[in-house]
Amino acid sequence: MKVLIAKPGLDGHDRGAKVVAHALRDAGVEVVYSGLKRTPEEIVQEAIQEDVDVVGLSILSGAHALLSRRVLDGLRAHGAGEIKVVVGGIIPPRDVEELKKLGVAQVFPMGTPLPEIVAAFTKEAGKR
Amino acid sequence: MKDVSAHAGFPIKPVYGPDDLAGVDFERDIGRPGEYPYTRGIHTHMYRERLWTMRQYIGFGTPSETNARFKYLMAHGQDALNVAFDLPTQLGLDSDDPRAEGEVGRVGMAIDTLADMEEAFAGIPLDRVSVSLTINGMAAPITAMYYAVAEKQGAAPERVVTTPQNDILKEFIARGTWIYPVDPSLRLVADLIEFSATRYPRSNPVSVCGYHIREAGCTTAQEMAYGLAIAAAYVELMLARGMAVDDFAPRISFNFTAWGKIFEEVAKFRAGRRLYARMMRERFGARNPKSWMFRSLIGGGGSAFVVQEPENNIVRGAYIALAAALSGAQTIALPTYDEAYTIPSPKAQLLALRTMQICAEEAGAADTVDPLAGSYYVEALTSAMEKAILEELAHVDRMGGIVEAVKSGAIQAEVARQAYLFEQKLVSGEIPKVAVNSHVGDKPAEADREVELYAFDPKVVTAQVAKLAKVRHERDGATATRALARLRDEARGGGNLMYPIMEAVTAYATLGEINRAMKDVFGEHKEPVKF
Repeated sequence: MKVLIAKPGLDGHDRGAKVVAHALRDAGVEVVYSGLKRTPEEIVQEAIQEDVDVVGLSILSGAHALLSRRVLDGLRAHGAGEIKVVVGGIIPPRDVEELKKLGVAQVFPMGTPLPEIVAAFTKEAGKR
Repeated sequence: MKDVSAHAGFPIKPVYGPDDLAGVDFERDIGRPGEYPYTRGIHTHMYRERLWTMRQYIGFGTPSETNARFKYLMAHGQDALNVAFDLPTQLGLDSDDPRAEGEVGRVGMAIDTLADMEEAFAGIPLDRVSVSLTINGMAAPITAMYYAVAEKQGAAPERVVTTPQNDILKEFIARGTWIYPVDPSLRLVADLIEFSATRYPRSNPVSVCGYHIREAGCTTAQEMAYGLAIAAAYVELMLARGMAVDDFAPRISFNFTAWGKIFEEVAKFRAGRRLYARMMRERFGARNPKSWMFRSLIGGGGSAFVVQEPENNIVRGAYIALAAALSGAQTIALPTYDEAYTIPSPKAQLLALRTMQICAEEAGAADTVDPLAGSYYVEALTSAMEKAILEELAHVDRMGGIVEAVKSGAIQAEVARQAYLFEQKLVSGEIPKVAVNSHVGDKPAEADREVELYAFDPKVVTAQVAKLAKVRHERDGATATRALARLRDEARGGGNLMYPIMEAVTAYATLGEINRAMKDVFGEHKEPVKF
């Protein structure tokens, strides 16, 4: 199982992304971290090149719907629609359904316990 | 009996007594308020003469929306402003830049040109209101715009009090709004400090931040150690330019957090003031007592606030206000209880302001200076904290100093490691958090209904982009182009870039154009990706 943890958009807060990356690594998952301020296109390319099972997007700026859509569209356009996308960050609960309709497999709003996030990644990777 | 530790890592004993003060020399280590080494505070009578400034952080949408909220807060007794900019502004992207899509006006107000800054401060007299600007990578052009607005208002330069954050090193460590590589970024920090010291003597051209590094996961002792190391790096930068330490050091200020254990926070600030005073006097040879003073904005700590049962955050905020007051803050800014969800509502902001007012006026926190002094516990904790901070400073030295540690990514990796350790302690319950891992009640999804969510209006973007197009159309294009060409030229040389930047902003060059002119010369930072 291999995962890309990515920071799309302009938001520079990476505490959550790095904590999740650490936890996944401790759980035996191979983790690639994109670094900050990646464009959706760059994230799509990295996901394909690294041949990951799941992409985890961390977004705290409020731009989650737009950025998630761009990543999902990009993966599909490159024939990599089977790569699962999950999203965490400052996601108001009212936006969770909207993200799922876009095709986001799992959403982790504020306050999601870390073990739940790790378990969800494992579950999504298993579906691929 | 249960083991208890400070967030800094050392154990806390169940009882403290006179034996715990062995080695503390009253005159040398504690002294009197307003006197070196300022352990008890930087002023003799502290809040009895001047209460802390209340400075809530706000900014969203267009400059006119933010202007209205500024006026709302000032009408309710807030005496200073603390401005949030959106991410495109913080990163030097115009509102119509493709990379700004989805981010315009989201986490702060959008500024593209001087015209926006004029609108943001319309009706706010900049010779009477002090304004903090949370801007770093773009501090030079945004502060230039601020100075230009002050000039247009007719404010005398010596009456303009502004604090651009201008602390790029902590951006590389924690907050992420870096643009250029480390060295040219530091040059811009120094340019703004030098320019302001010469032209705007009451501005505070750098606010050294431990706050964001702590928010990113480091310990209390690391927060102070990294802040002190960053301050020392800026002092060295200015000395290397040939400035005398007392020509700029009196205007250095600090921005730290105070969430967590109240007494540990107080001890952190008491130890930090002592260490800073000694560093400035002994290591850098400052002679002006103002150069020895650790002047601080103590600002809440949003990471202490959680989504579960959000109204509990109001209670947390009150303890943070108390900790900040007992710590001797010059300025306090509290996060709002809806912090974990949304842009603060006016109601939540008023509650945070009222929390500080109650703390000051009803609870007696401002009645006397450094009320915890002489407590066996707090004095022992202050010594323990000083020792822990010195150990962290030695660790920074082993990483090659703060600038090298930032370039290699070693310090970012250490902060991420601490964040993970902290999270593990939350999961295990070793660090208790009420309604999160202790006394767990309602589900977060249900709590959501109690919070009024800020409704982002997409019309903000349309309005901002239209205004930008209008400014571009109406300005004297040749003057703007000439100013930008001069900026690009001078960026290749070694002169102070604030002069060509002032020229560019007053010619209504856009922030994106100014950024591009410098990026053409400086290039972009490549993040050392480590976790």
